[in-house]
Amino acid sequence: MSDRRFGFRTRALHAGTPPDGETGARALPLHLSTAFVFDSTEHAAELFALRTYGNIYTRIGNPTVAAFEEKLASLEGGLGALATASGLAAQLITILSVAQQGDHLVASANLYGGTVTQFSVTLQRMGIETTFVAPGDLDAVRAALRENTRALFVETIGNPNGNVADIAALAALAHEAGVPLVVDNTFATPYLCRPIEHGADIVVHSATKFIGGHGTVMGGAIVESGLFPWGAGRHPLLSTPSPGYHGLNFAETFGEYAFLQRARVEVLRDVGASISPMNAWLLVQGLETLAMRMPQHVENARAVAAFLRGRSEVAWVSYADLPDSPDHSLAERYLPLGAGAVFTFGLHGGRDAGRAFIEALELWSHLANVGDAKSLVIHPASTTHQQLTDEQLRAGGVLPEMVRLSVGLEDVDDLIWDLERGLAAAVAVAPALSDARA
Amino acid sequence: MILETAAQRRALLDRSRTVAMVGASANPSRPSYFVFSYLRTRAKFDLTPINPTIAEIDGVRAYPSLAAYAAERGAPDIVDVFRRPDEAPQVTREAIAAGAKAIWFQYGVINQAAIQLADDAGLDVVVDRCIKVESARFDGGLALGGMNTGLLTAKRRIR
Repeated sequence: MSDRRFGFRTRALHAGTPPDGETGARALPLHLSTAFVFDSTEHAAELFALRTYGNIYTRIGNPTVAAFEEKLASLEGGLGALATASGLAAQLITILSVAQQGDHLVASANLYGGTVTQFSVTLQRMGIETTFVAPGDLDAVRAALRENTRALFVETIGNPNGNVADIAALAALAHEAGVPLVVDNTFATPYLCRPIEHGADIVVHSATKFIGGHGTVMGGAIVESGLFPWGAGRHPLLSTPSPGYHGLNFAETFGEYAFLQRARVEVLRDVGASISPMNAWLLVQGLETLAMRMPQHVENARAVAAFLRGRSEVAWVSYADLPDSPDHSLAERYLPLGAGAVFTFGLHGGRDAGRAFIEALELWSHLANVGDAKSLVIHPASTTHQQLTDEQLRAGGVLPEMVRLSVGLEDVDDLIWDLERGLAAAVAVAPALSDARA
Repeated sequence: MILETAAQRRALLDRSRTVAMVGASANPSRPSYFVFSYLRTRAKFDLTPINPTIAEIDGVRAYPSLAAYAAERGAPDIVDVFRRPDEAPQVTREAIAAGAKAIWFQYGVINQAAIQLADDAGLDVVVDRCIKVESARFDGGLALGGMNTGLLTAKRRIR
């Protein structure tokens, strides 16, 4: 072996996936086995006591899943990773690894709606309270951090608003308060941003999106830096004896591996939101080509954004990649290769124009997902949020005219051709359009 | 020499056989017991606890001191240290006197004077690492736990 520091593309192809030691298979073997035999009763006892490494049961770990975990950890520059059934599962397991009833979280107010619900409803019911703050308001973030705060949670690129987190500044605030910074890096992927390099402690992913890349597979992951001082006393779940493991102190016994060990052997074990080895295998295929796909996603997104900016039917485009975006300087710092391929824009003509626009599209798939190779579109006001009034929408930060795009890998001329058809349909149902523009 | 790279640590583990574990505990919930019981399953290592308060761990005889170990068994390849950082210089002096080829300071056992002492005496030195984790990094155990081993190869059976 050598100590060469291999490049991103090389690691995407090789990290975690050497040839199989048993068979010489060059591709990653798919281990569809729920359980693994023990060498002896003594071996089994050592495995269950966490005193040796090995395979026990796929709910806790699996060799195919481990290959995905190691590859992603390598790409994010982390100590290790834990794969989960979905991105929401990755978040839940992260929070339950560091917080319990009576504890507190601080989170960005600009998060994926499913995350807001998970924090403000499900975690709240479990006795874990969250304070939501504007991530760009560092004073508000500082003021929200309390004695019982266990983590600060943000998204690299906010969904759907497209705001970019000042990761280094937020990490400094979190560390000052003794808590880890958790960053959801789903929209950026490790190709566009590696939050750990900027001071983040934990990175979570919905691997369902760009990592899988083809809209085929559900999965999530947690990556940890290995640099956070879990034994400092601020996280008793990691630094006091665990009743689940005969008084084991994770921080003392596993050192830098304490968080990832506890997340796996206590929380994933008990929550049960494990990824299928089949899905992990597909996500490995996705990671192999991530560095080839992301630049094309970004290039197409830039062309689509530039087209929309030039159209009179379009009221606004919110994409941090645009030079006049309020988040552009943060994007230049944290996303130098591009601010992803998911962004929003607003049509003149409000909710009705948005509905007509979506229904006229031929190539863009109307669905609730992002990060597919195929281009995707959704109009929240006429779909996921259709039961709300315009006033209620605005109160929730969703504008009636807002359309979210996830720009895929088609020929960009074809994507723009289709958008032109949608804009024509929007104009047809919005006679007030010329007034709106005045 | 202070061993800072994975390749150096791997080479040390590959060339070593006898490991004297200073401060090894027989209490199954202590980190040193985890390390002891894991390394014992690696057939290549000849492990010995160094601890004056116990007679043995799981049937493996303990010696009261490094001097007592060396008198009977000769110089150990590695002295693995599970002591408070302020006790590290004294353990290092004893390791040098016992003829140890390398000294391995476990997680949190960080003492600059001890590191300097060992380095000056020509020992190989590993600091703030776990010998169990590093061993597992190279034999495949760590990879099964989803950890980033840093190992990358298109050859078969590196692990």
